Amino acid sequence: MKLSPLHAAIAEHVHDGDTIAIEGFTAFIGFAAAHEIIRQRKKNLTLCRMTPDLVYDQMIAAGCADKLVFSYLGNPGVGSLHCVRRAIEKGIPQPLEIEEYSHFGMVSRYMAGAAHLPFFPLRSYAGTDLAQANPQIRFIPNPYGEGQVAAVPPLNPDVAIIHAQRCDARGNAQLWGLVGMQKEAAFAAERVILVVEEIVDEEIIRSDPNRTLIPHMIVDAVVHQPYGAHPSYVQGYYDRDNQFYLEWDRISRDQFATEAWLDEWVYDLPDWQAYLDKLQAAESDIWQRLAPGQNLSQPVNYGIYA
Amino acid sequence: MNYSPSEIMITAAARALVGERVVFVGVGMPNIACNLARRTVAPDLELVYESGVFGARPARLPLSIGDPTLISGATSACSMADLFMNYLQGGRIEVAFLGAAQIDRYGNLNSTVIGDYAQPKTRLPGSGGACEIAIHARRVFIITPLSKRTFVEKLDFITSPGHLNGEPNERERLGMPGSGPQLVITNKAIFDFSGAGHQMRLISVHPGVSIEQVQAEVGWALEVAPQLRETEPPSSQELQLIREELDPTGMYTSK
Repeated sequence: MKLSPLHAAIAEHVHDGDTIAIEGFTAFIGFAAAHEIIRQRKKNLTLCRMTPDLVYDQMIAAGCADKLVFSYLGNPGVGSLHCVRRAIEKGIPQPLEIEEYSHFGMVSRYMAGAAHLPFFPLRSYAGTDLAQANPQIRFIPNPYGEGQVAAVPPLNPDVAIIHAQRCDARGNAQLWGLVGMQKEAAFAAERVILVVEEIVDEEIIRSDPNRTLIPHMIVDAVVHQPYGAHPSYVQGYYDRDNQFYLEWDRISRDQFATEAWLDEWVYDLPDWQAYLDKLQAAESDIWQRLAPGQNLSQPVNYGIYA
Repeated sequence: MNYSPSEIMITAAARALVGERVVFVGVGMPNIACNLARRTVAPDLELVYESGVFGARPARLPLSIGDPTLISGATSACSMADLFMNYLQGGRIEVAFLGAAQIDRYGNLNSTVIGDYAQPKTRLPGSGGACEIAIHARRVFIITPLSKRTFVEKLDFITSPGHLNGEPNERERLGMPGSGPQLVITNKAIFDFSGAGHQMRLISVHPGVSIEQVQAEVGWALEVAPQLRETEPPSSQELQLIREELDPTGMYTSK
């Protein structure tokens, strides 16, 4: 059975030394899964993500990672990622190797990975120092004309952790909103852990096939974890908890304060439900504060064609 | 009417978008400027966000380029592959805004690192989409506060290409479809790149600012346009839109 508790999915599919991708551009960030990886004290991971965001800041502060593959290091709308910077600039809590691209470079790497191409060509990087900083970025002659194009290698993570609004029991997942690179990251990965807000009947999925970005055949584990992307957001389910993004800027400036936060909110809790209970104990109306209201799309007619 | 330095930057940026149709928006001041332009000088302006949105109609001030308010009511939401392949590399973006920690006289930008790349003094965010935006957008407007730390003689790292070394046709030679940076809008003055060899040239100073005060914040000898203008201050209508609708808490515009 694919349907699995989060701790079992992480224990089975994420191993020390793995290359993992927890994608989601501002939206759909798999914090529940990341906390479980920290709690299980996974080590020596290579973390891939366009925007490392708070999720990798926390994993790097917890000492889970040896290497970071990325394209934009920031606390979006707030400022720096202090834990990542501490690791890069001072080697705290341990040195962190980096492999740096632009967004289009990372997008291209996932596309090459998903399509099993040996590289992906893109018109970027000329006139910059990015290719010098990362020898994986190369220039190749245009085989059909003048000039050169940049090329980046495929990215095939051992595991992708994909958060989505909903799926059926087999793992056919639908997403809407900022879908980012969720589909390509899932197709590029050897194993996929899918975490969803809701499990719905297969009929609901089949009523709107254009919205299904991830088919069950590439999914290895399905985890039902409502609010599993907090403090990021899930379109139509809850808003981003911007207060926490601001608070993290303060906490994360100091390694001891960060470790105390990890103790309190990750290591000392058994699971994500305990995290949600603790959030609600601190702020009883948190989900009212983050409620998105209702703005339904109009149904479309797919026809019957029997 | 009194206004803040950010408010004159935003109105100057909005007015530069007169008649434009497709703009690639960044968070913060560019976002306010683009939304202001859509309500004033560029009513047909389509807002594109690198997160995968075309035709956004944000109902609140977005706190990041991935804010869910950019999706609700937008014309189209797409994957980032679509956005970078078809919208940006496909040549559909007319104007884009960029900022940076360092800029040189040719409009080359550094948002990667201060100091040595391998042993950084300060590690900055990195490219994000900036490198390819600088290459593909037909025109680039740079928006950043004027400061000697930012306007430097030599960048520590080139993240996003401007007019490179100033040689004619250098961008074309390297296969860059966009025409590169056209304007730099700051809290004290505005520059274009029609100086010798695509160098930055002072074209407008904000009211109360002298050429000497601008030069003091720039790390090279500035070229000044023969017909130097004074920047038109924000109108009361623009200020009302900024303060009542676009940034009611003054998060980006109070200073």
